[in-house]
Amino acid sequence: MQVTMRGIGKAFGPVRVLDAVDFNIGAGEIHALMGENGAGKSTLMKILSGVYQADAGNILIDGKTAQIRDTVDAERAGIAIIHQELNLIPQLSVMENMFLGREPSRFGVVDSAAMRRQSRHWLDMVGAQRIDPQMEAGRLSIGQQQLVEIAKALSLDARVLVMDEPTAALTHREIETLFEIMLGLKARGVALVYVSHRMEEIFRICDRISVLRDGTFVGERVISQTGFDEIVRLMVGRELGERFPKRTNAPGDVRFQVAGLADDGNISGISFDVRAGEVLGIAGLMGAGRSEILRTLFGVNRKTAGAVSLDGLPLDICDASGAIGAGIGFVTEDRKNQGLVLGMSVRENATLVHLDTYARFGVVNDAAERAAVEQLIKQLRIRTRDAELDVKSLSGGNQQKVVFAKWLAAPPRVLLLDEPTRGVDVGGKAEIYTIINQLASQGVAIVMVSSELPEVLGMSDRILVMHQGRQNGIFPAAGATQEMIMNAATGGKTAAAPVAP
Amino acid sequence: MAQLTLTPTNKATLQKLGPFIALLVIAVGLSIVSPDFLRVDNLLNVMRQSSINALIAFGMTLVILLGGIDLSAGSVLALSSVIIASLLQSGTPPVVATLAGIVAGGLMGLVNGLIISKGKVAPFIATLGTMTVLRGLALVMSNGSPISDFNSDFFSMLGGGYVARLIPIPVVLMLIVFGIFWFVLKKTVFGRHVYATGGNAESAKLSGVKVDRVQLWVYTISGVMAAIAGVVLTSRLNSAQPTAGTGYELDAIAAVVLGGTSLTGGRGWIFGTLVGALLIGVLNNGLNLLDVSSFYQQVIKGSVILLAVLIDRGNKK
Repeated sequence: MQVTMRGIGKAFGPVRVLDAVDFNIGAGEIHALMGENGAGKSTLMKILSGVYQADAGNILIDGKTAQIRDTVDAERAGIAIIHQELNLIPQLSVMENMFLGREPSRFGVVDSAAMRRQSRHWLDMVGAQRIDPQMEAGRLSIGQQQLVEIAKALSLDARVLVMDEPTAALTHREIETLFEIMLGLKARGVALVYVSHRMEEIFRICDRISVLRDGTFVGERVISQTGFDEIVRLMVGRELGERFPKRTNAPGDVRFQVAGLADDGNISGISFDVRAGEVLGIAGLMGAGRSEILRTLFGVNRKTAGAVSLDGLPLDICDASGAIGAGIGFVTEDRKNQGLVLGMSVRENATLVHLDTYARFGVVNDAAERAAVEQLIKQLRIRTRDAELDVKSLSGGNQQKVVFAKWLAAPPRVLLLDEPTRGVDVGGKAEIYTIINQLASQGVAIVMVSSELPEVLGMSDRILVMHQGRQNGIFPAAGATQEMIMNAATGGKTAAAPVAP
Repeated sequence: MAQLTLTPTNKATLQKLGPFIALLVIAVGLSIVSPDFLRVDNLLNVMRQSSINALIAFGMTLVILLGGIDLSAGSVLALSSVIIASLLQSGTPPVVATLAGIVAGGLMGLVNGLIISKGKVAPFIATLGTMTVLRGLALVMSNGSPISDFNSDFFSMLGGGYVARLIPIPVVLMLIVFGIFWFVLKKTVFGRHVYATGGNAESAKLSGVKVDRVQLWVYTISGVMAAIAGVVLTSRLNSAQPTAGTGYELDAIAAVVLGGTSLTGGRGWIFGTLVGALLIGVLNNGLNLLDVSSFYQQVIKGSVILLAVLIDRGNKK
């Protein structure tokens, strides 16, 4: 089966996400789709699988125009997608999940025996002999859940299988299993689209690669005829070195000290210090406990052990307002659910943390508030027509700047950043990096969690690497490589995956 | 309307004023079919009849802005009313008795707030429980029968008196409370925190808003408002009924929703609630003037509420 997407365009409100994108894939091929966060990879795949509708362009299957109006159409055409966030219903059993909405039945009664038999068959096919079809899906590991999703896709007779960052949350062993299965599917003539950030993996198992940048298609290459450098150039549109503006200040005295930090079982034994004006990066795989460190330091998760001190004074923080009082700010990972109140205006969001600053006896001084917000909008170059607009009308990068604004109304002493550029386009990223550097040069101690290794390497002075809830080394960023960090993040015992020349 | 070009801002304002326009349309319609409607004393009468619902609905607005609900308001009203009446009968000075009843209402609201914020119980369930408990307590305290005749000029003035021999005191009370609530929601840190908590409690918490404390205050205020409504009702009837106020919480919720406040929290305004309460009051009054049977009145009232909310939904799409 040959699938061709031609001239695909898509916009969400004012934000243009895809513009005239071409993409094609054939049977028995593993095709990598790469691009930075916000480049439009997921959107393109959601259009292919019927989750979204394209505003422009068309999809051809074996040369004929196909109408994919919803996921049912895509399913019928043999296209299945395994989303980054897995879609199994945790309370249902594995087989109930696999046959959801198409349960084998006799006279309206579910035929459990048939369901068990069939799900067993497909699970064996993906090498998941150890998964019991009657087990609750929620009890499986992320890797196992992914196998169930693949088995489900096969049971739907998928000829095109899209996998959106499937290895982000997997252990090394699970990744190996997944690759074997992918190669097996390829041999059987299935077309696989592999969306990932992990260059090593792509060079190892993919045949061709398509690159998106800022919602446009920038090129397609045969893997054996290209290299890392060319792909990176295609992705970012310039040399890697320029992506991260240089910081010139020298870090000052130790400002923030953490010793032996632990919470209710996600993290333990975390110790580090951060100097004034220094950026400490935290790297690690999904689920390694990176965000939990920040949430515990900020008093959102319960601290069970450890000592924290700020400028030499011990801190005992038990909730967010305590942390804020001590001079700690927290730019959260998920700006829609944790960072912003989407129904409120830019102004109301920007002043939410430090509203007391503009109030006397609990009454807000409108003029002072507005003036402060105008100042923040200018300082952070937030692009909004009016501070009174709903914050949700802004683009991702500008929304993220509003989240920064919340904390800058009164400069913090320590700023915790959790994935500060997630879902932000390249231009927005550069501006956020500049903001981070400005704060560092003002003496703020910054702790930054990021899943993007180049970002961690480019922005940090030192890098703490997490592995399964514990820290596995702190590296000076100068001289550190992606391989070193990945190696430490996967436990430091396994050698880095072999790399194509 | 078709020729009007609507910019997005214009449209939003128009939408916000929707309930107000509906009120005007119904009022104009009524004044045509029933000339009695527009007489000053009838209009003041409508406002007085709306005042009890409006007072409860103001408190309910805060609760609903938080994304919560307070089903116990009618029971709080009844128990506060019985407490005040018992105190008056035992010879307590009227001012003290009245304040004690209002404080008691606040405490009942505080209990709701504690169950919801500390006990993490869904507001619907929490206040469904206290609704029944408090109603039961009102029956226990009063032994199931009304407590009447207080012989207090001060107390009977609260519900039956006039300012400048024209404007009923409950109407004045309603407008004063409206002004206070408008100010609090629009101008204070607390008001901003109510909107933020209702809009996204997680973001609010991570921004240092003490979400628990906001909840406690809001439910306490709702209790206070129900008790104040209880004072007005008891004074007007010169009697405290343990079964009084049954279903009042639903009228209050209707007024809030008619006023455009979203049941999911975070969006709404107090002016809408005032209009919503008046809308319900005008409808009641108009249907009486037109001699519609009380059975049909219910059918019509319910239909108007549904219609208004459906139109609102349609507009927002």
